[in-house]
Amino acid sequence: MTFSVTAALLAAEGAEKSGHGGIPVIEPATADGVFALMWLVIALPLAGALILLAGGAIAPKALEAWGHLLGTLTAAGSFVISSMMFVALWGRAEDDRSITQHLFTWIEAGRFDVGMDLLYDPLAALFLMLITGVGSLIHVYSIGYMEHDARRRRFFGYLNLFVAAMLMLVLSANYLGLFLGWEGVGLASYLLIGFWQHKPTAAAAAKKAFVINRVGDIGMSVAIMLFFVTFGTTAFAPISAAAEGASSATLNALGLLLLLGACGKSAQVPLQAWLLDAMEGPTPVSALIHAATMVTAGVYLIVRSNFIFERAETAQTMVVIVAVVTLLWGAVIGCAKDDIKKALAGSTMSQIGYMMLGAGLGVAGYAFAIFHLLTHGFFKANMFLGAGSVMHAMDDDVDMRHYGALQKAVPITFLTFAMGYLAIIGFPGFSGFWSKDKIIETAFAENPFVGAAALLGAGVTAFYMTRLMLMTFFTNRRWAPEVHPHESPKVMTVPLMVLAALSVLGGLLLLGDWIVTWLEPVVGVAEHHEPPIAPLVLTLIVTCVVALGVATAWFLVGRQEVPREAPQEVSLATRAARADLYGDAINDRLVVRPGVTSVWALSHMDRVVIDGTVENASLSIAGLGGVVRRLQTGFVRSYALSLLAGVLIVVLALLAVNLR
Amino acid sequence: MSLTPYIVLSAILFTIGCVGVLTRRNAIVVFMCVELMLNASNLALVTFAKQHGNLDGQIAAFFVMVVAAAEVVVGLAIIMTIFRSRRSASVDDANLLKY
Amino acid sequence: MTAFWILAPIMVLAALGILFVRKAVHAALLLAIVMIGLAVLYAVLEAPFLFAVQIIVYTGAILMLFLFVLMLVGVDASDSVVETLKGQRALALGTGVVLGMLLVTAATQASLGVARGLGDVNADGNIQGLANIMFSRYVFAFEVTSALLITAALGAMVLAHRERLEPRESQASVARQRMRDYADTGKPLGPLPSPGVFARHNAVDTPALLPDGTVADASISRVLAARGSVRSAPALAENIEDIERQLAGGSPVVGQRAGADAPPQEPERASRNPDPTGEDQ
Repeated sequence: MTFSVTAALLAAEGAEKSGHGGIPVIEPATADGVFALMWLVIALPLAGALILLAGGAIAPKALEAWGHLLGTLTAAGSFVISSMMFVALWGRAEDDRSITQHLFTWIEAGRFDVGMDLLYDPLAALFLMLITGVGSLIHVYSIGYMEHDARRRRFFGYLNLFVAAMLMLVLSANYLGLFLGWEGVGLASYLLIGFWQHKPTAAAAAKKAFVINRVGDIGMSVAIMLFFVTFGTTAFAPISAAAEGASSATLNALGLLLLLGACGKSAQVPLQAWLLDAMEGPTPVSALIHAATMVTAGVYLIVRSNFIFERAETAQTMVVIVAVVTLLWGAVIGCAKDDIKKALAGSTMSQIGYMMLGAGLGVAGYAFAIFHLLTHGFFKANMFLGAGSVMHAMDDDVDMRHYGALQKAVPITFLTFAMGYLAIIGFPGFSGFWSKDKIIETAFAENPFVGAAALLGAGVTAFYMTRLMLMTFFTNRRWAPEVHPHESPKVMTVPLMVLAALSVLGGLLLLGDWIVTWLEPVVGVAEHHEPPIAPLVLTLIVTCVVALGVATAWFLVGRQEVPREAPQEVSLATRAARADLYGDAINDRLVVRPGVTSVWALSHMDRVVIDGTVENASLSIAGLGGVVRRLQTGFVRSYALSLLAGVLIVVLALLAVNLR
Repeated sequence: MSLTPYIVLSAILFTIGCVGVLTRRNAIVVFMCVELMLNASNLALVTFAKQHGNLDGQIAAFFVMVVAAAEVVVGLAIIMTIFRSRRSASVDDANLLKY
Repeated sequence: MTAFWILAPIMVLAALGILFVRKAVHAALLLAIVMIGLAVLYAVLEAPFLFAVQIIVYTGAILMLFLFVLMLVGVDASDSVVETLKGQRALALGTGVVLGMLLVTAATQASLGVARGLGDVNADGNIQGLANIMFSRYVFAFEVTSALLITAALGAMVLAHRERLEPRESQASVARQRMRDYADTGKPLGPLPSPGVFARHNAVDTPALLPDGTVADASISRVLAARGSVRSAPALAENIEDIERQLAGGSPVVGQRAGADAPPQEPERASRNPDPTGEDQ
């Protein structure tokens, strides 16, 4: 790796501004005007988290009474600033939409110089809007949802911490800062999954999420080290300029390592097992972290690192493979789950698979990946919060087999949920229709097989979402007589309505290819290919497949009585899907058992071989000492005798030496 | 006139002192044997002084005497202390410092 | 050399005696013989100052110190002949003989040549010569020696010092203790009763008789009681009729006493004193 940083920088300067092959180079301007408030976006929720988590000892009563409002206000404040910056960024020239703010020097050690720098560009702007917007709505929802929880203040502290870390993740101008946010959201996720720590399942799920995420984080941290070794920096701007000169092997390695990190955070195969268990956390957490924002960080990472992936063919192919596998994997799991949140979690995995697919398709797909990420953020948050509302109505029961015919009992929840449902299956006109359709279209342009898999996924999605919808709101009434479903309070339904509206209208972002144009400064301009199938025809095909999925669900679920207990006499496929396609079993066989065995062997070897050697050595020396100490009789005359004998030996030796 | 007999006498007295230290049990007698050894070495020193025709050997013997006096004072005080606590002056009785 | 050949065998024998005598006092005396012999040899070897010092310091001071301690420790303490340490005596003898042979062989093998003699350096007198060297070349060693002696003196004082553990008894406290003993145990306040004083016999080994005719044990020294040499007062009255008759007869008591007293006492005394050595006291 005899790559010279300066040479690459010089070469990059000579190249065109948009970089080689249409891959943009990040050249941010300094923050001024409203952008000077950029740091506040992170600082507000961070301050809220600090006050809520550390202030309990100073003003416990006040924080119990007002803490949730403080937490909501900081998130809303971040949203206001983000909106102002978004509008300001929109007003700027297209090639001047990258702004950086240097806060302070973070680490300075020899050549290693990392600043606490923020980078605000169209990509970060969209994420800011999503995180702070959906985040604020979920804060508001949580006020109602967590009303009777004794530890509500702490919950809002964790939520604020999560928002701050997530904003750090998307705003950082270098990989190390991104990693700080990356670990921060991991921590917040851990704390929130295990929020009801008195439940052993919740504690175990939190630990599982944390441990599996560490596997991905190894990839991230090694990638950061490799960035430093190769480019001498971890900041996006110089790396994007110098990436062209790096060897293809290095770039592929970087891409694969980043993909490993993305797999961990975004619950992609093979690191997908934690997401379903993560549903042990409170439902707003599932909506915010494990559907709308944090799990999409992997997609963000890949889109942000487009300057690497565009030059790393192998890594990009791997992204596509991982994406397609996960897309189908999650969809299959979603088909079999009776737990409403787990079904939605399977759906989340699947939808993130779509995003990853888009991100893996290169320049043509980045914008659609982000587009789908945004619409998914809206409709999945909507549906998770709707599921939370249903659970609220059903006394925290999550089993869909205990629901049925709820559309009358919880009308607002039903209507908003239906908006999310129509969006996710891709009902024409709704947001999911536009975003998913675009990804399938791009996939077909890239490779027919990938396209076919994505198409199949869309059909399966339609099936399991319809099944969920039918089992929850229609079919026969199955809830227990003592349960009295009731609509949630306004503080919960208003966020649902807002999100439902966004689910319907999210497709507007594609109006006149707005989002594609908007992201062009970040991801580059796609060369226009003539698609193998005309877009209109493809849209028709997708719609037909979706209709087929809906119809299958109707015939299998909607037309007959749904049993209150899950039938045990089921096909092998259903059994596999219920067991998360044996994800846990695979992990157990491949990682946990060998790990346990090797640890046992090592500890056994430590006990027997190493301890045995050491202990036997010490024992034999102790035994020797036990024998030799008998020489210490305490009789001074014996000592004098040995002294004299010693003198005699010395004299005789001297004599022998001299006489020779 | 050879002075060898003096040296031989000195050697014999020293050896007797040595054996005395090893065989006698009364601490005071042991001390006497140590004195005997010191005196034997003194004799050798004085003999060598005459042999070499200078007074350094006599000076050395003088210092040996001084050191012996100091040693006897302290040693006898220790014997006194031991005797006071153990009612015995035998070196074999003071054998607690052992395995 | 005449002096040497006379003195050397005496010194060697005396030294060997130290190894074999049982009593420490004898060992000290034998050591004195060796030291005086050495002093004479020093004189022969032209070291008159050391001759004086050897006699004054060694024989006079150090050996006296030895005897002093011997007196304190107990002059009777004698070594048992039995060797307690297994093989110690044989090994000591063996190594000693080897060492002696080695040293003697070395001394005889070395050719010393003719002695140079101290005539030149002792020209101004031996003491002056010694002083010249000692206060010039050896002055530092000399000073250090003084420090050593002071340290040794202090050390001996510290080691031999015995701390008083209880307050000194005053006359008043002794009197109080006596009164308390009398109150607690009935121990008599005054002196103990004196031993028996009888008309015909007056000795410390005869216990006094109480008014009822019984023996007052406290009137006899405990040492005598332990030795068993206490006379039985009632036994003295065995020939009371004889005495009364004599008294009635008016014959002089003194004459009667010599005749009637001695014969019955001898066997009694013998039977009561199993330890004949006690008589020597």
